Amino acid sequence: MFTAVFNSFESGMIYAIMALGVYLTFRILDFPDLTVEGSFVTGASVAAIMIVNGYSPIIATLAALGAGFLAGILTGLLHTKGKVNPLLSGILVMIALYSINLRIMGTSNIPLLSQKTLLTNIQDAWAKTGIDDVLNGLLTAIGLGDSLPKTWSILLMMLVITVLIQVGMSVFLKTEIGLAIRATGDNEAMVKSFSAHTGNMKVLGLAISNALVAFSGALIAQYNGFSDIGMGIGMIVIGLASVIIGEAIFGAKTIVRATLAVIGGSLIYHFVVTLALRVDFLQTGDVKLITALIVIGALLLPLITEGRKVKARKKKRLMELQFDHKSLEEGK
Amino acid sequence: MLHLNGIYKVFNEGTPDEKLALQNLQLQLKKGEFVTVIGSNGAGKSTLMNMVSGKILPDAGEVLIDGQKVSGVEEHQRAKLIGRVFQDPMAGTAPHMTIEENMAIAYGRTNRRGLRFGVTNKRKAFFKESLETLHLGLENRMTAKVGLLSGGERQALSLLMATFTNPKILLLDEHTAALDPSRAELVTQLTKEIVEQSKLTTLMVTHNMQQAIDLGDSLIMMDKGQIIFEARGEEKRALTVEKLLNEFQRIKGEKMNNDRAVLA
Ligand SMILES: Nc1ncnc2c1ncn2[C@@H]1O[C@H](COP(=O)(O)OP(=O)(O)OP(=O)(O)O)[C@@H](O)[C@H]1O
Ligand SMILES: [Mg+2]
Repeated sequence: MFTAVFNSFESGMIYAIMALGVYLTFRILDFPDLTVEGSFVTGASVAAIMIVNGYSPIIATLAALGAGFLAGILTGLLHTKGKVNPLLSGILVMIALYSINLRIMGTSNIPLLSQKTLLTNIQDAWAKTGIDDVLNGLLTAIGLGDSLPKTWSILLMMLVITVLIQVGMSVFLKTEIGLAIRATGDNEAMVKSFSAHTGNMKVLGLAISNALVAFSGALIAQYNGFSDIGMGIGMIVIGLASVIIGEAIFGAKTIVRATLAVIGGSLIYHFVVTLALRVDFLQTGDVKLITALIVIGALLLPLITEGRKVKARKKKRLMELQFDHKSLEEGK
Repeated sequence: MLHLNGIYKVFNEGTPDEKLALQNLQLQLKKGEFVTVIGSNGAGKSTLMNMVSGKILPDAGEVLIDGQKVSGVEEHQRAKLIGRVFQDPMAGTAPHMTIEENMAIAYGRTNRRGLRFGVTNKRKAFFKESLETLHLGLENRMTAKVGLLSGGERQALSLLMATFTNPKILLLDEHTAALDPSRAELVTQLTKEIVEQSKLTTLMVTHNMQQAIDLGDSLIMMDKGQIIFEARGEEKRALTVEKLLNEFQRIKGEKMNNDRAVLA
């Protein structure tokens, strides 16, 4: 149980990078980009094939990031230059990427279990530091000693990487270009009238988004120990689930808060799915159904709480008014 | 400063919906001149504005700004020279961004956007100073989302954002039409102050004849894609709504007679 939950945090942290990419397109650019399902696998494929062929895992992971960037540019150009509808642009590139990913891998599945990956490298370097013993000692001391995690390195490294990306993204969205990208999603005609090339802003936003998604895919491949042609299926919904859950629970008032919320949303989503799968009558195949239910729940939650709040507010105000009225009458 | 020479624009050419929106339009604005534009619905006023801003391109004729031919220059490039305020108060600002962020975007109109922070302390001070000139207290709400402002406040902010970087041309398309009378009066007053102070070359469309007479150095009246009446200088100052209406009737009548003559 503990191991499963611990693992859910590890993968939740890695998937959070993908979710940040989805946040950038869906929320900032207001562009429902479905490229994600393809570019996630592209990242995994590029990293896997390069690692298998002896490239350093760092180079392989960065190459994956670059491949995602290009995929995003493709979708962006299709939409801005080709005037293809956003959804369709994403779907077309996603479909095209399926074949391209197969070509990249040369097969539909590349195992990485016997390979040195970014994650095994981190674990090896970490093992020498002995921090695991300290942390596990702490857990034992507070009575959680019966199921200790094998390594803390993945969780902590991923935390660092994800937060770095989150900080980088928040800063970027406050630069002049970042502001122009946000305004493009908010009011395109307005930024255009202030001489921003909104087409380029969209292409750039899509490129960064898919770079993050592919980066996340590359890490997941190394984490799970394989890259598979089908691993992108449902990715967009998982990303959206993280974004929506995060917004519902942590809010999205400022960019910093919203991006942190996405990470939180991703962690919660993966945690809930892990818990749900522990329930006896649920099977692995039910994940998608659970996902849909979680997203629906997160979408309805604000509606319900908002409705309650309004009702409570009105009731309070009405009582005040009636009270005023009464005291006025009595005053007569 | 602004020259339009022999501009033609046809929409939906060759279909039953064909519309000759501008025909052989000639217009010149001197540097610092403030011209008000009136005309009935569909006269081509907005088309004229879009022609200047580059949102639409002429079928024939050319547009020059400051002696520079811009007819082929893309809209976002041309925007470096032009400030615009739209009729819809929602159109000129980004609602989910703060006042200062909106102003930073407007501030970026004249230079190339880079990876510098959009809102710096130095810029903030400048934004604050500019906002104070509106006397709406917005300088104390610089981190509020613009979507929370009232229509009048948003329109005043739009006006400020369009003008505080001193564009070569200012285009105002019925920018007070969607506001209630007192707010409209406020924005009109601000327009007058800003244009006078910064000596902006301005083209302003309005449906309010009194406003068109009160504001600006010159007045033009459009109908069916043409300028049918122009008053500048002394003639403009002597105008009244009544005179304007009479003028309109006279020209329309003449035209109708001409049309009849042609048809007969
Ligand atoms: N993009 C377009 N496609 C087709 N027809 C158009 C287009 N833009 C304008 N028109 C037509 O051109 C004519 C002039 O329109 P324009 O918007 O310039 O009028 P206007 O003087 O601004 O009117 P209003 O006072 O109602 O704003 C109208 O008949 C309009 O239907
Ligand atoms: Mg109009």
